[in-house]
Amino acid sequence: MTIDTPTDRLAELSGEAALSEIPPQADNLDALESEAIHIFREVAGEFDRPVILFSGGKDSTVLVHLALKAFRPAPVPFPLLHVDTGHNFDEVLQFRDDLVARHNLRLVVARVQDYIDDGRLTERPDGTRNPLQTTPLLDAIGDNRFDAVFGGGRRDEERARAKERIFSLRNAFGQWDPRRQRPELWNLYNGKHRAGEHMRVFPLSNWTELDVWRYIQREKIELSHLYYAHRREVYSRDGMWLTAGPWGGPAEGEPVEEKIVRYRTIGDGSCTGAVESEAYTVDDVIAEVAASRLTERGATRADDRMSEAAMEDRKREGYF
Amino acid sequence: MTEDVRNSVYEADRLIAEDIDAYLEQHQHKSLLRFITCGSVDDGKSTLIGRLLYDSKLIFEDQLAELEADSKRVGTQGQDSDLALLVDGLVAEREQGITIDVAYRFFATEKRKFIVADTPGHEQYTRNMVTGASTADVAVILVDARKGVLTQTRRHSYLAQLMGVRHIVLAVNKMDLVGYNRAIFDAIVAEYTEFAESIDLTDVTAIPISALAGDNVAARSDNTPWYEGLALIPVLESVQVGDAFDHGAAFRMPVQWVNRPSHDFRGFAGLIASGSVGVGDPVRILPSGRTSTVARIVTFDGDLDRGLAGQSVTITLTEEEDCSRGDVIAAADDSPAVSDGFEVMLVWMAEEPMLPGRPYWLKIGTQTVTATIQSPKYQVDVNTMEQQPAKTLSLNAIGVANLSTDRSIVFEPYRKDPALGGFVLMDKLTNTTVAAGMLHFALRRAENVHWQAIEVSRDAHAQQKNQRPKVVWFTGLSGSGKSTIANLVEKRLHALGKHCFLLDGDNIRHGLNKDLGFTDADRVENIRRVGEVAKLLTDAGLIAIAAFISPFEAERIMLRDMMEPGEFVEIHVDTTLAEAERRDVKGLYAKARAGKLPNFTGVDSPYEPPANPDLRIDTIATTPEDAAATIVDLILQDR
Repeated sequence: MTIDTPTDRLAELSGEAALSEIPPQADNLDALESEAIHIFREVAGEFDRPVILFSGGKDSTVLVHLALKAFRPAPVPFPLLHVDTGHNFDEVLQFRDDLVARHNLRLVVARVQDYIDDGRLTERPDGTRNPLQTTPLLDAIGDNRFDAVFGGGRRDEERARAKERIFSLRNAFGQWDPRRQRPELWNLYNGKHRAGEHMRVFPLSNWTELDVWRYIQREKIELSHLYYAHRREVYSRDGMWLTAGPWGGPAEGEPVEEKIVRYRTIGDGSCTGAVESEAYTVDDVIAEVAASRLTERGATRADDRMSEAAMEDRKREGYF
Repeated sequence: MTEDVRNSVYEADRLIAEDIDAYLEQHQHKSLLRFITCGSVDDGKSTLIGRLLYDSKLIFEDQLAELEADSKRVGTQGQDSDLALLVDGLVAEREQGITIDVAYRFFATEKRKFIVADTPGHEQYTRNMVTGASTADVAVILVDARKGVLTQTRRHSYLAQLMGVRHIVLAVNKMDLVGYNRAIFDAIVAEYTEFAESIDLTDVTAIPISALAGDNVAARSDNTPWYEGLALIPVLESVQVGDAFDHGAAFRMPVQWVNRPSHDFRGFAGLIASGSVGVGDPVRILPSGRTSTVARIVTFDGDLDRGLAGQSVTITLTEEEDCSRGDVIAAADDSPAVSDGFEVMLVWMAEEPMLPGRPYWLKIGTQTVTATIQSPKYQVDVNTMEQQPAKTLSLNAIGVANLSTDRSIVFEPYRKDPALGGFVLMDKLTNTTVAAGMLHFALRRAENVHWQAIEVSRDAHAQQKNQRPKVVWFTGLSGSGKSTIANLVEKRLHALGKHCFLLDGDNIRHGLNKDLGFTDADRVENIRRVGEVAKLLTDAGLIAIAAFISPFEAERIMLRDMMEPGEFVEIHVDTTLAEAERRDVKGLYAKARAGKLPNFTGVDSPYEPPANPDLRIDTIATTPEDAAATIVDLILQDR
């Protein structure tokens, strides 16, 4: 779809219809929101068993908010799926459970720990569990016969994502084939798939990080407190501030310090770093994001730095 | 480019530093422009987009560090940063140095936010250009100043026009490599303008630039003092996109989803495609044509008095009307037409060529129906814009054809309303999107089409014969034993007093279908005709028995869809190719192997085994007599 700000149109319409009758739309967030709602409803109309992939992070929290908006007054007609690495921040799990209870949602959890306990997966030497999420995710999709999986991916995040469709087919092994993507025209999404295949759906494709934060501000969306500045004991590794937890702690020569920090992304505790920040409110965060000179992933996700094509490799495997 | 130039254009940077509130205020009133960049390989598209991102300071520090490392490794600019590497996303294409798919990029200036579709210039990837153009307000067409207007330039301009992109920016790139020579620029513009007028592209702005050096990208360059127009970014900032909105457009909303949480709420959710709607407005529900009145316009943030094009809303009506996904709610006094036959423009996007007569899924708005296409009236040579005769459309071909749908759809001509005039075709077997289409006009109004009313019904015919009509369809390789078993089945049914009739492939080809050959397209038409004959036989109350190789799953699905539910029995006579070839009753395999029978199934034309036949006969393990007995039991079991 072409996203126009209706502002221009309103000005033109004013000769014919009283402006006061028309809802004010001063902001192009309205166009992005409307597009995302359209995508949610297309999936509800064409798929049998959709699910929202929920990490507890800001993008998936915005997804839940948009889903609530898309189907009101009906409840969201599908559950959330959380892939729990076992390395979660307690605050994030609490936030997740509160959100689910508040909106009367259904939650499905796939646990990486279960796979490690019974030997289906092996802990990596570096303790990072993000790469281990793929198998539990694909098993949960298969076991629950989910046929459409909403993700919070945005095209501005990373180069591989810039080429992904809004409806992105995964084969029976959950893999993405960037060379065989379906052409996607206008706002006509092709939801056809065979049994065993599923569709990844990205309603935030055309949003930027700043758009997401401005939307959180405008809609007063509650996020995990980790996104805002707080005092925390951290240690420095590879230029990131990591926090000690069940996933491990500082090595020799990595002194623990108390800092005022916040998280720009929320993921596996072993590899998600905090940044020093005094952004205590949404407004503060927006100011910080607007002035930022580091992309959010580059700043805080160790696993994306592993190789220049890290994301592309993992997408082929079925990771988001 | 100097810092001064950058700051003068990217005022935002200073604002962030000084006044975040002012910055955000400005951000809220930015309009959004979507544009595509297109050009031939090496015209510098990726470099231009890299330049736009770089100049708008959207390249973050970590990306810059990565860029410098990559530039040294695979870059083409020596020790300098290769801006193209910023946008060429996938590893393989970075190493080949070409962009192979559509990538979307985001940047903002103080006046506008932009979404750029980076579309490939390589000839075989035209489908991606069409994809990018389908959502674009502006097309930036790059020309290498050293090469001038090329075939690709014409092709991309024609496609932009075809997809309804109204504004064209002709960016004559690499001016630094021709010494910023005005005569070269003027000659290219003159040649292009003449061409653009010939295809009704009237809104063209030409700019001499160097994406690599930054000339005339963010601001006017001192290297081209003879150029008096605006630089690229100011042009993009000032293009009027509101003019695409038709003041008088009537209200249309395709229904996506029926919202029915309880018995006292029934709402129709959708994105308003055009016009506006208010509470109390009379509306018409199509295709049924029934009228009602808008009771509420519901959103999460409260009810609206008016809904406007571009808004996602949920509408309730005063009367309990039957309305579901695929229907269109429209202004009662100005509603779109309904038809099941159209002239359409098609852009073919699949490796598999279009097959006239094959059923495809067609999605338009929220309607998904089955459509079949007739042989093209012509295809368009995108280099000369000439119409050429064509029997089919292959990858990247553009042509005009008649298309019919299995039920009436609500539509508008594409030029009037892309939301109800643009469609995609999807293959029923592979599910891939095979074509984009634009509706020209309806061949007839559905209201005028009536089936001939028949006084003696098909039920009456069947009851008189005391049997349930069937189509017993045998599919399998040549020489698998289809005809042998089909003959036995007919004899047994006849002996049991059943009224049946055998349609045999060879016999039909001597008469009804003697004009057809063995190309994929002719095979599809052959099966379609036989299907229609079989259907008439069932209307007459008969059991039709058909033995045809029928190699394609899509056509067999079509046959099943043509018949009444439960009346189509698909029997796969399954033999290995080796066994069929060993038998070679008619000596055909030997001829095919000798190259004397082109397009022979199993040799140089594919056979797609049925995924879910009603019965599979293993001709090695089963005798023809036993097979016939099993089949007759199956046919008669529900009567």
